[in-house]
Amino acid sequence: MGVGTYLALASVLFGIGAVGFLTRRNMLIQLMSIELMLNSVNVVLLAFNRAYPANHDGQVFAFFVIAVAAAEAAVGLAILIAYYRIKKTIDTDDASLLKY
Amino acid sequence: MSLPAATLFVVTAIFAIAGALVTISARRPLRAAIGLLIHIISLAGMFLTLDAQLLAVLQLLVYAGAVVVLFVFVIMLIGPAAEVGPIQGRVASRTLSIAMTVAVALAVSTTVAYFEAPWGAVSDEFGTVEGLGMAIYKQALVPFEVISITLLVAIIGAIAIARSRTE
Repeated sequence: MGVGTYLALASVLFGIGAVGFLTRRNMLIQLMSIELMLNSVNVVLLAFNRAYPANHDGQVFAFFVIAVAAAEAAVGLAILIAYYRIKKTIDTDDASLLKY
Repeated sequence: MSLPAATLFVVTAIFAIAGALVTISARRPLRAAIGLLIHIISLAGMFLTLDAQLLAVLQLLVYAGAVVVLFVFVIMLIGPAAEVGPIQGRVASRTLSIAMTVAVALAVSTTVAYFEAPWGAVSDEFGTVEGLGMAIYKQALVPFEVISITLLVAIIGAIAIARSRTE
Protein backbone atom coordinates (compact mmCIF):
# COMPACT_ATOMS: atom_id res chain seq x y z
CA MET A 1 0.00 0.00 0.00
CA GLY A 2 1.47 3.28 -1.05
CA VAL A 3 1.38 5.87 -3.77
CA GLY A 4 1.21 3.20 -6.47
CA THR A 5 -2.12 1.89 -5.18
CA TYR A 6 -3.64 5.35 -5.36
CA LEU A 7 -2.27 5.88 -8.86
CA ALA A 8 -3.67 2.54 -10.05
CA LEU A 9 -7.07 3.34 -8.56
CA ALA A 10 -7.05 6.80 -10.16
CA SER A 11 -6.26 5.38 -13.60
CA VAL A 12 -9.05 2.82 -13.22
CA LEU A 13 -11.50 5.61 -12.29
CA PHE A 14 -10.27 7.72 -15.23
CA GLY A 15 -10.82 4.74 -17.53
CA ILE A 16 -14.37 4.27 -16.22
CA GLY A 17 -15.07 7.95 -16.85
CA ALA A 18 -13.60 7.77 -20.35
CA VAL A 19 -15.67 4.68 -21.22
CA GLY A 20 -18.80 6.46 -19.95
CA PHE A 21 -18.05 9.54 -22.01
CA LEU A 22 -17.35 7.56 -25.17
CA THR A 23 -20.20 5.06 -25.06
CA ARG A 24 -23.19 6.96 -23.70
CA ARG A 25 -25.38 9.22 -25.80
CA ASN A 26 -27.12 10.88 -22.87
CA MET A 27 -25.52 14.30 -22.45
CA LEU A 28 -26.20 14.30 -18.70
CA ILE A 29 -24.30 11.04 -18.25
CA GLN A 30 -21.47 12.37 -20.38
CA LEU A 31 -21.15 15.45 -18.15
CA MET A 32 -21.10 13.15 -15.11
CA SER A 33 -18.35 11.09 -16.76
CA ILE A 34 -16.29 14.27 -17.16
CA GLU A 35 -16.72 14.86 -13.43
CA LEU A 36 -15.46 11.30 -12.78
CA MET A 37 -12.32 11.97 -14.81
CA LEU A 38 -11.64 15.30 -13.08
CA ASN A 39 -12.05 13.60 -9.68
CA SER A 40 -9.57 10.86 -10.56
CA VAL A 41 -6.97 13.51 -11.39
CA ASN A 42 -7.49 15.01 -7.94
CA VAL A 43 -6.65 11.63 -6.38
CA VAL A 44 -3.31 11.59 -8.23
CA LEU A 45 -2.46 15.14 -7.16
CA LEU A 46 -3.25 14.45 -3.51
CA ALA A 47 -1.40 11.11 -3.48
CA PHE A 48 1.80 12.69 -4.81
CA ASN A 49 1.46 15.60 -2.41
CA ARG A 50 1.10 13.12 0.47
CA ALA A 51 4.28 11.33 -0.67
CA TYR A 52 6.28 14.59 -0.89
CA PRO A 53 4.72 16.73 1.86
CA ALA A 54 7.35 19.48 1.95
CA ASN A 55 4.86 21.92 0.41
CA HIS A 56 1.17 22.05 -0.52
CA ASP A 57 1.53 22.35 -4.29
CA GLY A 58 -0.56 19.28 -5.16
CA GLN A 59 -3.36 20.25 -2.82
CA VAL A 60 -3.40 23.80 -4.21
CA PHE A 61 -3.71 22.32 -7.71
CA ALA A 62 -6.53 20.01 -6.58
CA PHE A 63 -8.27 23.06 -5.08
CA PHE A 64 -8.16 24.82 -8.44
CA VAL A 65 -9.30 21.68 -10.25
CA ILE A 66 -12.38 21.54 -7.99
CA ALA A 67 -13.15 25.20 -8.72
CA VAL A 68 -12.77 24.76 -12.48
CA ALA A 69 -14.90 21.58 -12.38
CA ALA A 70 -17.69 23.51 -10.67
CA ALA A 71 -17.55 26.20 -13.38
CA GLU A 72 -17.50 23.50 -16.05
CA ALA A 73 -20.57 21.80 -14.60
CA ALA A 74 -22.48 25.09 -14.50
CA VAL A 75 -21.69 26.04 -18.10
CA GLY A 76 -22.14 22.48 -19.38
CA LEU A 77 -25.58 22.14 -17.82
CA ALA A 78 -26.55 25.55 -19.20
CA ILE A 79 -25.55 24.38 -22.68
CA LEU A 80 -27.58 21.22 -22.08
CA ILE A 81 -30.66 23.29 -21.20
CA ALA A 82 -30.23 25.44 -24.31
CA TYR A 83 -29.78 22.32 -26.44
CA TYR A 84 -32.90 20.76 -24.92
CA ARG A 85 -34.91 23.90 -25.81
CA ILE A 86 -33.91 23.56 -29.45
CA LYS A 87 -34.10 19.79 -29.91
CA LYS A 88 -36.51 18.62 -27.16
CA THR A 89 -34.06 15.79 -26.42
CA ILE A 90 -30.63 15.42 -24.82
CA ASP A 91 -29.47 12.66 -27.17
CA THR A 92 -26.07 13.75 -28.50
CA ASP A 93 -26.68 11.88 -31.77
CA ASP A 94 -29.26 14.52 -32.62
CA ALA A 95 -26.76 17.35 -32.25
CA SER A 96 -26.32 17.77 -35.98
CA LEU A 97 -27.04 21.49 -36.56
CA LEU A 98 -23.41 22.19 -37.46
CA LYS A 99 -22.85 18.90 -39.27
CA TYR A 100 -23.61 19.72 -42.89
CA MET B 1 0.20 3.41 5.95
CA SER B 2 -1.40 2.46 9.24
CA LEU B 3 -4.02 -0.26 9.36
CA PRO B 4 -7.06 2.03 9.90
CA ALA B 5 -5.98 4.22 7.00
CA ALA B 6 -5.48 1.18 4.77
CA THR B 7 -8.90 -0.18 5.74
CA LEU B 8 -10.54 3.18 5.01
CA PHE B 9 -8.73 3.30 1.67
CA VAL B 10 -9.93 -0.17 0.63
CA VAL B 11 -13.54 0.54 1.63
CA THR B 12 -13.65 3.95 -0.07
CA ALA B 13 -11.93 2.56 -3.17
CA ILE B 14 -14.56 -0.17 -3.53
CA PHE B 15 -17.39 2.33 -3.11
CA ALA B 16 -15.76 4.82 -5.50
CA ILE B 17 -15.43 2.22 -8.26
CA ALA B 18 -18.96 0.92 -7.64
CA GLY B 19 -20.39 4.46 -7.73
CA ALA B 20 -18.52 5.24 -10.94
CA LEU B 21 -19.80 2.05 -12.58
CA VAL B 22 -23.37 2.86 -11.52
CA THR B 23 -22.92 6.37 -12.95
CA ILE B 24 -21.89 5.25 -16.41
CA SER B 25 -24.21 2.23 -16.66
CA ALA B 26 -27.51 3.47 -15.20
CA ARG B 27 -30.33 3.93 -17.68
CA ARG B 28 -32.11 6.51 -15.53
CA PRO B 29 -30.12 9.73 -15.03
CA LEU B 30 -31.31 10.10 -11.43
CA ARG B 31 -29.68 6.76 -10.56
CA ALA B 32 -26.54 7.94 -12.31
CA ALA B 33 -26.61 11.09 -10.17
CA ILE B 34 -26.92 8.97 -7.02
CA GLY B 35 -23.99 6.85 -8.22
CA LEU B 36 -21.98 10.05 -8.70
CA LEU B 37 -22.94 11.11 -5.17
CA ILE B 38 -21.68 7.79 -3.74
CA HIS B 39 -18.48 8.16 -5.76
CA ILE B 40 -17.87 11.69 -4.50
CA ILE B 41 -18.55 10.90 -0.86
CA SER B 42 -16.19 7.91 -0.95
CA LEU B 43 -13.51 10.04 -2.60
CA ALA B 44 -13.92 12.58 0.21
CA GLY B 45 -13.28 9.73 2.65
CA MET B 46 -10.24 8.71 0.64
CA PHE B 47 -8.87 12.26 0.80
CA LEU B 48 -8.79 11.82 4.59
CA THR B 49 -6.33 8.94 4.20
CA LEU B 50 -4.13 11.33 2.20
CA ASP B 51 -4.09 13.96 4.99
CA ALA B 52 -6.13 16.40 2.89
CA GLN B 53 -8.79 17.37 5.41
CA LEU B 54 -9.71 20.73 3.88
CA LEU B 55 -10.04 19.24 0.42
CA ALA B 56 -12.25 16.45 1.77
CA VAL B 57 -14.60 19.10 3.17
CA LEU B 58 -14.44 21.10 -0.07
CA GLN B 59 -15.19 17.95 -2.06
CA LEU B 60 -18.32 17.40 0.00
CA LEU B 61 -19.35 21.07 -0.16
CA VAL B 62 -18.70 21.73 -3.84
CA TYR B 63 -19.40 18.36 -5.45
CA ALA B 64 -21.97 16.69 -3.21
CA GLY B 65 -23.52 19.99 -2.15
CA ALA B 66 -23.52 21.93 -5.39
CA VAL B 67 -22.70 19.93 -8.51
CA VAL B 68 -24.84 16.86 -7.79
CA VAL B 69 -27.75 19.06 -6.70
CA LEU B 70 -27.37 21.02 -9.94
CA PHE B 71 -27.50 17.75 -11.90
CA VAL B 72 -30.63 16.66 -10.00
CA PHE B 73 -32.28 20.02 -10.66
CA VAL B 74 -31.60 19.73 -14.38
CA ILE B 75 -32.94 16.15 -14.42
CA MET B 76 -36.13 17.34 -12.74
CA LEU B 77 -36.36 20.34 -15.12
CA ILE B 78 -36.05 18.21 -18.23
CA GLY B 79 -38.37 15.48 -17.00
CA PRO B 80 -38.96 12.31 -19.03
CA ALA B 81 -36.69 13.49 -21.86
CA ALA B 82 -33.72 13.07 -19.53
CA GLU B 83 -33.84 9.37 -20.29
CA VAL B 84 -32.28 8.41 -23.61
CA GLY B 85 -32.91 5.00 -25.07
CA PRO B 86 -30.19 2.41 -25.68
CA ILE B 87 -27.87 2.79 -28.62
CA GLN B 88 -28.85 0.86 -31.72
CA GLY B 89 -26.18 -0.46 -34.08
CA ARG B 90 -22.56 0.60 -34.36
CA VAL B 91 -21.59 -2.42 -32.31
CA ALA B 92 -18.12 -2.65 -33.84
CA SER B 93 -17.08 0.94 -33.17
CA ARG B 94 -18.52 0.90 -29.66
CA THR B 95 -16.82 -2.37 -28.79
CA LEU B 96 -13.55 -1.08 -30.20
CA SER B 97 -13.72 2.19 -28.22
CA ILE B 98 -14.52 0.35 -24.98
CA ALA B 99 -11.78 -2.24 -25.60
CA MET B 100 -9.16 0.41 -26.37
CA THR B 101 -10.03 2.51 -23.32
CA VAL B 102 -10.07 -0.51 -21.02
CA ALA B 103 -6.74 -1.72 -22.44
CA VAL B 104 -5.08 1.67 -21.92
CA ALA B 105 -6.50 2.03 -18.40
CA LEU B 106 -5.37 -1.49 -17.45
CA ALA B 107 -1.90 -0.95 -18.91
CA VAL B 108 -1.46 2.37 -17.12
CA SER B 109 -2.84 1.12 -13.79
CA THR B 110 -0.73 -2.06 -13.73
CA THR B 111 2.35 -0.01 -14.58
CA VAL B 112 1.93 2.78 -12.06
CA ALA B 113 0.90 0.34 -9.31
CA TYR B 114 4.60 -0.47 -8.76
CA PHE B 115 5.59 3.16 -8.28
CA GLU B 116 7.31 3.60 -4.95
CA ALA B 117 7.61 6.82 -3.03
CA PRO B 118 8.40 7.67 0.59
CA TRP B 119 5.35 7.70 2.82
CA GLY B 120 6.73 9.43 5.88
CA ALA B 121 5.11 11.42 8.61
CA VAL B 122 3.65 14.82 7.82
CA SER B 123 3.62 17.99 9.87
CA ASP B 124 0.61 18.79 12.02
CA GLU B 125 -0.70 21.50 9.74
CA PHE B 126 -0.41 19.52 6.49
CA GLY B 127 -3.71 19.70 4.63
CA THR B 128 -5.57 21.59 7.32
CA VAL B 129 -7.35 24.89 6.80
CA GLU B 130 -4.36 26.72 8.24
CA GLY B 131 -1.69 24.94 6.21
CA LEU B 132 -3.46 24.88 2.84
CA GLY B 133 -4.89 28.36 3.36
CA MET B 134 -1.46 29.81 3.99
CA ALA B 135 -0.12 27.96 0.93
CA ILE B 136 -2.90 29.33 -1.27
CA TYR B 137 -2.60 32.91 -0.04
CA LYS B 138 1.21 32.98 -0.08
CA GLN B 139 2.09 31.09 -3.27
CA ALA B 140 -1.07 31.16 -5.38
CA LEU B 141 -2.71 34.48 -4.60
CA VAL B 142 -3.00 35.63 -8.22
CA PRO B 143 -4.43 32.28 -9.48
CA PHE B 144 -6.84 32.36 -6.54
CA GLU B 145 -8.17 35.75 -7.63
CA VAL B 146 -8.26 34.65 -11.27
CA ILE B 147 -10.27 31.56 -10.36
CA SER B 148 -12.85 33.76 -8.62
CA ILE B 149 -13.21 35.79 -11.82
CA THR B 150 -13.51 32.51 -13.75
CA LEU B 151 -16.36 31.43 -11.50
CA LEU B 152 -18.05 34.82 -11.95
CA VAL B 153 -17.74 34.55 -15.73
CA ALA B 154 -19.09 30.99 -15.57
CA ILE B 155 -22.12 32.16 -13.61
CA ILE B 156 -22.84 34.98 -16.06
CA GLY B 157 -22.24 32.68 -19.02
CA ALA B 158 -24.53 29.99 -17.63
CA ILE B 159 -27.32 32.52 -17.13
CA ALA B 160 -26.79 33.98 -20.60
CA ILE B 161 -26.83 30.57 -22.28
CA ALA B 162 -29.70 29.01 -20.35
CA ARG B 163 -32.15 31.89 -20.13
CA SER B 164 -35.21 31.81 -22.29
CA ARG B 165 -35.02 33.98 -25.40
CA THR B 166 -38.76 34.31 -25.92
CA GLU B 167 -39.50 38.03 -25.85
